[in-house]
Amino acid sequence: MSELSELYQQVILDHNKKPRNFHKLERANRTAEGYNPLCGDQLSVYLQVEDDEVIDVSFEGSGCAISKASASMMTQAVKGKNKREAELLFDEFHRMVTGRLNEESEPNQLGRLKIFSGVRDFPVRVKCASLPWHTLHAALNNQPIISTEN
Amino acid sequence: MATSIVELIPITAKRRPDWDVERIRKDFPVLRQTVNGKPLVYLDNAASSQVPVMVIERGAQYIEQEHSNIHRGVHYLSMKATTAYEGAREKVKRFINARESKECIFVRGATEGINLVMHGYGRKFIAAGDEIIISALEHHANIVPWQMLCEEKGAKLRVIPMNDAGELLMDEYQALLNERTKFIAVTHVSNALGSVVPVKEIIESAHKYGAPVLIDGAQWAPHARIDVRDLDCDFYTFSGHKIFAPTGSGVVYGKADLLEKMNPFQGGGDMIKSVTFEKTIYADLPNKFEAGTPAIASQIGLGAAIDYLNIIGREKAAAYEHQLLSYATERISALEGVRIIGTAREKLGVLSFTIDGVHPHDIGTILDQQGIAVRAGHHCAQPVMKRFNLPATARASFAFYNTTEEIDQLINAIEKVIEVFV
Repeated sequence: MSELSELYQQVILDHNKKPRNFHKLERANRTAEGYNPLCGDQLSVYLQVEDDEVIDVSFEGSGCAISKASASMMTQAVKGKNKREAELLFDEFHRMVTGRLNEESEPNQLGRLKIFSGVRDFPVRVKCASLPWHTLHAALNNQPIISTEN
Repeated sequence: MATSIVELIPITAKRRPDWDVERIRKDFPVLRQTVNGKPLVYLDNAASSQVPVMVIERGAQYIEQEHSNIHRGVHYLSMKATTAYEGAREKVKRFINARESKECIFVRGATEGINLVMHGYGRKFIAAGDEIIISALEHHANIVPWQMLCEEKGAKLRVIPMNDAGELLMDEYQALLNERTKFIAVTHVSNALGSVVPVKEIIESAHKYGAPVLIDGAQWAPHARIDVRDLDCDFYTFSGHKIFAPTGSGVVYGKADLLEKMNPFQGGGDMIKSVTFEKTIYADLPNKFEAGTPAIASQIGLGAAIDYLNIIGREKAAAYEHQLLSYATERISALEGVRIIGTAREKLGVLSFTIDGVHPHDIGTILDQQGIAVRAGHHCAQPVMKRFNLPATARASFAFYNTTEEIDQLINAIEKVIEVFV
């Protein structure tokens, strides 16, 4: 069960139960919807971007504990960052959960997001953790809808 | 040879009056492994069931000793392969009580069976303004092809609704029928909820309006006897990989007169009598619907799986599976915070459930860590999920090689899920 407790850490369970920034953002000027057609997960990411900076960010939707906690912690991580910094974080996060970045030995800005490193031992769950980030990426680039399967 | 197997049954039954599940389990090599350090508990039979040694060996025998193409060669191996392949069709014919073996078309699974009927019958006989009836319980495989057809032809898709237990509202069905009803496609058992559908009643009423009926038997075939003549269905389809045969095997049955007047499904070799650049004359049944080289080893395996079911005794297996489902239902019902989805009076094989505050995918992962395989998701039945206002469920599905001890392990694992999340 050690891998399991690695995946479902207390922080993740807490964000699942009490997701942060979990609402529609009235002042949003960019949004995107993300789907995982294999499991039916769906979420919307709302961004208020001004002068290239993410002033505010929120999300809504339904999904498993991993995707919900990932979305919740993502909103905390990218608030106040500019587009380039947010994209860099997405890249690092994606490389970590797919096992292409060792968050302990290689330089990165992941911080508290390192808690999701356990996901790489569960290949079928990688999409759960990365769907919010793909959706964020789409919103930043004005793509209204994305799916994990194309 | 098949006759001698049938004659063996009473002797076997006398020797072992009860279901000897430990002996049955020995027939399934896949069950002998550990997953994540725990003995595998395989409860995803509604997705794909496991394959017994007898079927594996029959497939291996074809590959080792008979492998060649069917219906073409004058040589020894081709004749052996053709005999085995057509022998499997005979077994299917008896398995579903068809009048003739040519009514049993080999397909790669129920999905292809439904698509064959949609293309062969639907595209030829459905016209603008016609109505096709399906049910609220359908798998995507019995929704999407008919939607495609309706879009192409300007026909209308109508849906028999269900109640909160997951039972079809038969009065509503009767009300949907009218002179524009030109086809009905319904499942025999819901793959997401386990509800048994009163297909005989559906067929009888449909025939009063002259509408043919297709039954999706993918979830019925592993558990109960099929009698297409008693049902009087026009088409019946099931997948081999859900009845202990390899993937790539399956059958669509059709009444001969309907199959005769249908368009072919795919064009190619083996489905023709003669080809010139001016005109092609199609082959007779069943070859008309079997273009190209089929999954020969898999279909021969399906024949062997039918032999296996006859040897172990389908009625006894069904009775045992019924006990398993009742036991699992009783134990899961007793857990606080766990809700069974689908409480139809008559159910087969499938137990869908949710745990308050836990997404089914998380249930699936935690169960897998304890060696337990269940399905978590929408079960390719998103309209069913929507009807219950759920994104997904966890689904345990049973076969005659599962045990009550495995159900106890499932219960312990569910308790573990609740412990992690609450």
